[in-house]
Formats: sequence, structure tokens, C-alpha cells
Amino acid sequence: MSVHAPPLVTAEAMTRHTWLEHAHEWVVTVDHKRLGIMYIVSGLVFFVIAGLEASLMRLQLAWPGLHIVPPETFNRLFTMHGTSMVFLVGIPIVFGFGNYLVPLMIGARDLAFPRLNAFGFWIFLFAGLLLHFSFIGGEGLYGSGSAPAVGWFAYAPLTSRTFTPGNATDYWNLAIFLAGVGTIGTAINIVATTLTMRGPGMTLGRMPIFVWTMLTVSAMTLFILPPLSAAQIMLILDRFLGAHFFDTQAGGSAVMWQHFFWFFGHPEVYVLMVPGFGFVSEIIPVFSRKVIFGYATLVAATVSIGGVALGTWAHHMFAVGMGSTLNTFFAMSTMLIAVPTGMKIFNWLATMYGGRIRFQTPMLFCCAFLFQFLCAGLTGIMLSVAPFDWQLTDSYFVVAHFHFVLIGGLFFAAFGAIYYWFPKATGRMLSERLGRWHCWLFVIGFNLTFLTMHVQGLLGMPRRIYTYPADRGWEMWNLVTTLGVPLQIAATLVFVVNILVSLRRGKPAGADPWDAWTLEWATTSPPPSYNFETLPVVTSRRPLWDLKHPDDPDGPHE
Amino acid sequence: MSAHAATHAGAVGHAWRGRAGMIGLIIAEGSLFAVFVVAYLYYTGKSLHGPFPKDVLHIPLVGTICLFASSATVAFGARALARGDIRRSGGWLMVTAVLGAIFLAGTAREWHQLIYRDGLTIGTNLFGSTFYPLVGLHASHVIVGLVMLGLCCVFAATGALRVAHAERVEMVSWYWHFVDGVWVVVLTVVYVIGR
Amino acid sequence: MTSVTPRRAVWAFALALPTALASIAAAAERTTPSIFDPVSTPAFAIRELSYRVFGITGFIFVVVAGLAVYTLIRFRSRAGDERGEPPQIYGSTQIEIAWTVVPLIIVVVLFLVTARYIYGIERRAMPAGALEVTVVGHQWWWEVRYPGLGIVTANEIHVPVSDPAGATPTFLTLESVDVVHSFWVPQLAGKMDVVPNKTNRMWIDPRTLGTYVGQCAEYCGTQHAWMLLLVVVHPRDEFERWVAAQRTPARDEVAARAGYQLFHSLACINCHTVRGTPANGVFGPDLTHLMSRRTIGAGAASNTPEALRAWVDDPAAIKPGALMPTMKLSSDELNHLTAYLLTLR
Repeated sequence: MSVHAPPLVTAEAMTRHTWLEHAHEWVVTVDHKRLGIMYIVSGLVFFVIAGLEASLMRLQLAWPGLHIVPPETFNRLFTMHGTSMVFLVGIPIVFGFGNYLVPLMIGARDLAFPRLNAFGFWIFLFAGLLLHFSFIGGEGLYGSGSAPAVGWFAYAPLTSRTFTPGNATDYWNLAIFLAGVGTIGTAINIVATTLTMRGPGMTLGRMPIFVWTMLTVSAMTLFILPPLSAAQIMLILDRFLGAHFFDTQAGGSAVMWQHFFWFFGHPEVYVLMVPGFGFVSEIIPVFSRKVIFGYATLVAATVSIGGVALGTWAHHMFAVGMGSTLNTFFAMSTMLIAVPTGMKIFNWLATMYGGRIRFQTPMLFCCAFLFQFLCAGLTGIMLSVAPFDWQLTDSYFVVAHFHFVLIGGLFFAAFGAIYYWFPKATGRMLSERLGRWHCWLFVIGFNLTFLTMHVQGLLGMPRRIYTYPADRGWEMWNLVTTLGVPLQIAATLVFVVNILVSLRRGKPAGADPWDAWTLEWATTSPPPSYNFETLPVVTSRRPLWDLKHPDDPDGPHE
Repeated sequence: MSAHAATHAGAVGHAWRGRAGMIGLIIAEGSLFAVFVVAYLYYTGKSLHGPFPKDVLHIPLVGTICLFASSATVAFGARALARGDIRRSGGWLMVTAVLGAIFLAGTAREWHQLIYRDGLTIGTNLFGSTFYPLVGLHASHVIVGLVMLGLCCVFAATGALRVAHAERVEMVSWYWHFVDGVWVVVLTVVYVIGR
Repeated sequence: MTSVTPRRAVWAFALALPTALASIAAAAERTTPSIFDPVSTPAFAIRELSYRVFGITGFIFVVVAGLAVYTLIRFRSRAGDERGEPPQIYGSTQIEIAWTVVPLIIVVVLFLVTARYIYGIERRAMPAGALEVTVVGHQWWWEVRYPGLGIVTANEIHVPVSDPAGATPTFLTLESVDVVHSFWVPQLAGKMDVVPNKTNRMWIDPRTLGTYVGQCAEYCGTQHAWMLLLVVVHPRDEFERWVAAQRTPARDEVAARAGYQLFHSLACINCHTVRGTPANGVFGPDLTHLMSRRTIGAGAASNTPEALRAWVDDPAAIKPGALMPTMKLSSDELNHLTAYLLTLR
């Protein structure tokens, strides 16, 4: 294995860098690795903020009739929470990992358009700051300012000037529009890189599953994000130039906004989730010591999810009154997509079957992911049954469902990914002990909150209400739901401490601490700016397996 | 074993990077336009009061011909550069820009008439609300194209444009073809179907 | 310790689930709008469907989770494992086909069942004896009209009970004057959105007497949380009596003359209708029979004299953001006005 550590003593290393020079390097960087880390760190910071918003909400809802926050503040909180989590946490973390890993995994030197990459990051960061600046606009922080209060999907005509005067909605509109521009740029970058910059021997059929997931979601992004941008342009024209796109008083259609938004919104949640599948597909084989079972079908399933996802959007609109034909069609397409999605669980189980499973932290998170994502998928199937959805859409059942998908699924996979690739990015291992605490606390807290939450929905509690009557029988469930919050906060604290401590005092990792098989482990930890001093020959899907097992390479088996 | 640039599976010429990027951009922009087209089609005939399309819209023949012709000229320009004929390339690109400018001037004249003579603004009715954004979005893309073409012309004139840039100018030409393609759709939807 | 993680999680869930379901059933008193406590055909149908769906998904969960637990335990690495890697299995076409086809079949079955219920519920034709009610969503209250009976009220819908043998359902027409709301009374039917510039239809046929609660289920602004719904199901004769009472114009009681004068000289009549008087505003709820309703502010407070007085004094104190302005009345004026309102039975 030809991995050379970068020379220890260089002219540059001899010069002491001031922190200002250091910061400057990061600010002007176009290196995909640094940008990837910046995306992920920013995403985690917004995660903490959005998590605090949720904690306040749960405090308010712990018992009926509480006055922890005034009604309008609560409405701003759930709007900011949802908007932040999707656009400022999920997307940056997903594309941050894509940024960091895709070139390394395919043997490229960087992404296709490094400056576009940097532009994408900075416009995202600006958008996030703009959105949060809204808290101090308007009446200032104590009235929670001018933060938007229209919900993260901002239904018309609530968003029109008539019903939301002031600039709160405009903050939402502009910030998300800008973030979208950045995401489209990054998506173009990843597609171009994957299609045209693979290293020697790296055919499409030999790319790691994670790269396939990033390729798929980037391609999806090109189709689905512009419709949101278009709808947002229409909203700005309505609000500022007196257009009537969504002005029902002038004959406009409120439902049209919903169609446009969900045409983006539903595939968007697959854009968030599918790279999570990618993480799991990389981690489980390594910790089971077995090749991924059924690579080709996994790839086919991934790509078909990308395609079918474009045709399922109106399952968010079953209660709008689209008519039986459309309701039936979208029920069908939604059920259909459950097949390639669910199949993956079988691929992962088959990979573990017959293996020698090591339960280190990345694998722990993947185990939790398996059960939680199973629940998420099954409640999704329940909701695809339109009449059932007529009862439970817009209730806490749906809230529980999508938190299972995005936290129980994506976030747990992302935590696993952070523990798995942190050594590569920093050269240090995260603490196993703290990692276990993180995982356990989060599993218990998360399930306490969100498993319970299904019940409130079944008992008729709608979402986005700042309080509820005392005689509906919802109090105990809400209280239990709230009790999971301190555990999740504690888990997050442990996680942050783990990162900070390990950056300084983590065990040195070496190039390949997990004994893994994909290309990113064939270079130093952290990699040099040019990624690979020499690229290994790629003659199979696991180049490092071939190097470590020259007697039994993968090639003939594939 | 180290890698040589052009000898491995998955190795594509540098040019393909740009092409993949431009195709990605075209897909995204196409998706953007598609939504405005859908809105336009959905609201056809639903305005509560006039002015209505059949009363005030006339097919912009001159502008359309100019725009379609400019697709040919930009192709000539890109090819000339690939051949090494920088002067001719600059010339064709200049013609392209002029044709595009004529198209824009036509749109501007049409809008002036619609606003001041016919009383159709973006806030008048659903027709106005969907017409101006759709046609305007296209026009703004023409403007961006004109800026890029203008830069190419300037570089050609100052001698900065070289054969090595042929691929990049080709990408500008792809963008320009895309803008033309969108115009075909907008023309059909607004001036044929919508009326 | 680590190998126990998945097993513990599954056991915890397995124990929690039946407990939860039992509690749901127990909590389903009449004031808990549980979807598992239906009294009307659409809700019954959905519950029936949900049992099937829970059955299928429950079965899948048990099988897959069971497989996962087994795999994680059986194949964990142990100290005594031989060196080297386990046999590498790259795939198996047969197995992969099987686990694609079986879920596909399950999905097809589920889809066919679903389609039957969709059409069954949505395409129900309105029979001759049906009651027609128009519900109009406002920020943040419900206008309830009985077009065939000439009644206008707010936030409460009174319907006759429907006998399963000779059904007398109520067909609701749903409209909105401002933003998107959603009409949801879980024990009666699934929800249906209330969309401006669009008319939606739904039906209910409650078979059991009683009062059923619901509320707006589409975020519609500041006081979305207090846009409650009450559906009161009467025996037929009682319903007829209610209708007759609602159709009478407002009482005119001499004792409340002072309040009457106030009501008609202040801005009240700009927003409210009191049938039988010049007041015919439509921006706010019809007050002709205000005292026949159980709550005010669409559920924000009980309809008691104290609450009524407090509401008229300052609606925003009870329901911040409510669109009714405070009238800034003196205490005397408030007393007179409240006395008048109390006569609107």
C-alpha cells in the first residue's frame, strides 16, 4: 500500500501561523475538504440553535395552558425550527459530507468547480445568518422580532401581504431562495465531478454507494430546487409588485403554491435521507467485515428512489380536496417508493449476516438507525394510505413520522458518519466512551420524545398549536414527549465535548483506523491538500481490500 | 502505480467537466422555467377581468426571427474559434449579441405598449401576473447571455481570446441555444396556446 | 454491554406499544377526539382500514426487527473468532428478487384496499334526506350556515343523529374567506381542508348521540390553536326544536334596552349580525343566539357572563391576536352590554 505521509518539515511548517493567517486560509479556501468541514460545522451550529427552539416549544407544550412563550413567538419558533433544520442543518451536512468525501472516494483532486463550491458555501452561510437576523428585526428580540411565523412550508395565502404584513415572510423567502441557489451550484458541482473526474480504474460501477447516493440526490436537486425558487419568486412578486399568483381574492390558487412547494418538498426529504443510506452502506460493511450485499440492486434502488420521488409529492395534499383520481394516484406512487427504500434494509441485514460485527460507535449509531428507520418507513406506509392520512395528516402522528425519518434516520446515520470519518478529517479518533454515552442518551431521549408523539396524533392533536385544551386527554403524552428533551440536550452536549476534546487529545488515527476498503483510507489522515500522493490501482469496488487480500481480490466476484 | 491523465477508464477530457456543468445548469434553469410555464397555462382563461391575451398580444415576429438566427450565428462563432479564426469568431459573436439586443428591444417595446396603451401591469389580473414574470425571466436570461457574449467580443477584440478557450465559448453557445429553446416554449405557450 | 443495545431497544418498544394502545383506548372518552373512537361512517371506515394497515406494518416490523435482532446478536464478533475475514458474500440474485417481489405484492394489495376506501368515502352520493351545512373558515372561528333552514351560527354544528338503517347524513360544504384552514373532528371523519377560492365537500353520519370535539388542523395564523369545533348530535325531535329556536329572531327584552342601544351605536353592528335588528355585519360571528353556544372565541373561553364581559372588554387578553378590537368601554357600559348579550339566547 503506497501511502506516504506528507513531509514533516516544510518551509511552510517552519513558519508559525498567526490565528489570523489561519482564519484567512479557511476563509479563502476552495479546497473541498475544508469547505466540507465548514458546511458540517455550520450545520451543527444551526442544529443546536434549532434544537433550542424546539426545546422551548416542548416546554410550552408540556402541559395545557402554559405561558412560557406568547402565541406568536411559538409560531415563529416552529417556523424557524423547521426551516433551519431542513435548509440550514440537513442540506449543509449532507452536501458537506458529499463535498468532503466524493473526490476522495473516486480518486479526484477536488470537485469540478472549486470556486463555485466556495461560493455555494458562503451564500448558504449568508442565507442562514439572514434568516436568523430576522429575530432582531421588527420589534426586537423579546418579541422574537420579525422572524417568520408562516410554517416551514409557508402556505399561501397566509404568506401574502394581507395576512402577514411586515417583513417576516420576506426573511424566510429571501434566505431560503439564496440557500437554494447555493445548493443548486453544489449539486451541479457534484454531478460534474462524479461523471467526469473519476480516477484511473474507477468506473461508475465501482463507485462507493455513498457516491451513488450523492450523485442521485444532486441530480434530483437540479430538478426539484428550481421549482421552489420559482414559487418564491412568484411570492416576492405577489408581495412586492402586486402580482396575483397566490392571491385568492383575484382568482389565484392557494393550492398551486402547495403543488409547487411539495414538488420540491417531497423529493427534498429524500435528498436529505438518501445520503444517510449512503453513510450506512459504507459503515455497516466495514464493521461487519463483509462486502455490501447486492451492490447492484442497492444502486438501482437508490436511482429509482430518485426517480419515483419526483412523482409522490401530493401525498402531502391528500386533505386538500384534489379528487379521488389524484388521491389514488399519489397513494400508489408513495406506496411504490416504499419498495426500493425498504429493500435497502434487507441489503444491510444481509451484509451483517454471517459477518463479525464490531460494535464501535459508528456501528452503534447504525444499529439504532436500522430500527428507527424501519419505524419511520412503516409509519410512512401507513400515511400513504390516503384515508388514514385524512385523519392523521397535520397531526402529531406526521410530526413523529418525519422526525423518525430525519433524526432517527438521517441524523443517527450522520452521527455515525461523523464518528467514522472524523479520524480521516482530523487525524484523531473521537472518544469511544463519550461516543457510547452520546448514542445511548440520544436513543433514549429521542424515542421517549418521538415514539410517544405518535399517540398524541392518534388522539386527535393537530400540529402547530401553541397550547391545547385541558380536556382532550393529551397532557400526559405531551409531558412524556417533553421529558425526552433534556436527554437529547445532554447527548448533544456530550457530542460537542467529544469533538472539542478529541480535536486536542484524541488518539492519533493513522491513515486507516477502521481497516476499511474505500479510497479515502488510502491517503493520510488528514489528507494533503492534493488528496493523493499516489493513487492505488482501482480494479474493483474495494481497492484497499484488493491490496490487503491479493490472494482473493473482489474483481472476479463482481 | 500512478495515474496518467488520459489513459484510464473514467478519464474524460477536461472539456467534459464544463459540458457536464453547463448541462446541469440547463436542467436546473429548465426546471425553473417549467414552473412559470405551468403557472401560465393553469391561469389561462382564469383572469377575472381584462385586458385579455387575445386583445393585446401580437406574435413578436421580428424579435423571434432575430433570436433564432442568433443561434446559428453563435454556433458559427464557436466553430470559428475552434478552427483558430479568432477574428471571424469575434465577428459572429458580435452579430449574435446584436441580434439578441434587437430581440430585447422588441420585448421592451411590447411591454411599453402593454403597460401604457393597454393598461396591463403585473398587478392588473392573472394574465398580467403570469405574462410579465415568464417573458421577463426569459428576457433576463437573454441579458445574462448578452453580458457573456459581450465579454467574449471584448476579449476577441483585445486579443485575449485564444483557441484554447474554444471549449468555454462553446459552453456560452450552449447556454444561448438553451435560451432560444426556452423562447420556442414561451412563444408557443403565450402567443399561440394562451391566446 | 454494546451487544445488548439493539435487543434492549426492541424489547422496550415491544412493551411500550401495547401499553400505549391500551392507554389510547382508555383515554378515548367522549372528550378525547381519538381516531380509534369513531361514531360516524367515514371514521369507522378509516379505523377499519387502519387495523388492516397496522396489521400489515406490524407484521413487517416484527419480521424485520426480529431478523435484525437475531443477526446483531448471532454475528457479533467474539474473542474466540478465528483470525481473518469472514466469507465475503457479494449478493444473490434469487434472494434479491424475492425481497423485491414480496414487498411489491404487499404494496399492490395495500393499494387496492386503499383505492376502494378512497372511492367509497369520497364518492358517496348525497341521499335525499341529507342535511346540508356550509362551514366557512375565518381567522380564527368557524361560520356555520344551514342554507336550507335559514340558520347562521358559529363554531358549533348541530346535527340530527343518523340511524344506520335509514341514514340521514350531513353533507358539509367547506369554504374559506381568508387563508387555508382544515376541518377536523376525528371521531366523525378524516379532515378536509378549507381553502379560499375553492369549495370542498365532505359528509358525516354520526350514529351516537353526544358532543364531539375537533379543531382547525391547518396552520392559519396566530390563533390557529384556538379555532375549536364542537359537533352536537341530537335525537331527531331535539334537533328540530333546536332548528326552530335558532330560526327565531333575537329577543327584545326591555331590561336590556341600555345594552341594546350601546350595541347599536358602537361599532358592533359593523361586524356582527343580530337577526331581527338592524345589525347585519358579516365580519364576525352571528350573535342572534349567542347564549345557545357553549364557548366564545371559538373555544378560547366558556360562555359565561364573566368570560363574556372580559371578552368584550379586551378580546386580546383571552385570545391574543384575535381580530376583534377592544372597545375601550367603561365598566358601566360593559355591564349593560353584557346584560344585553346575555339576552341573546
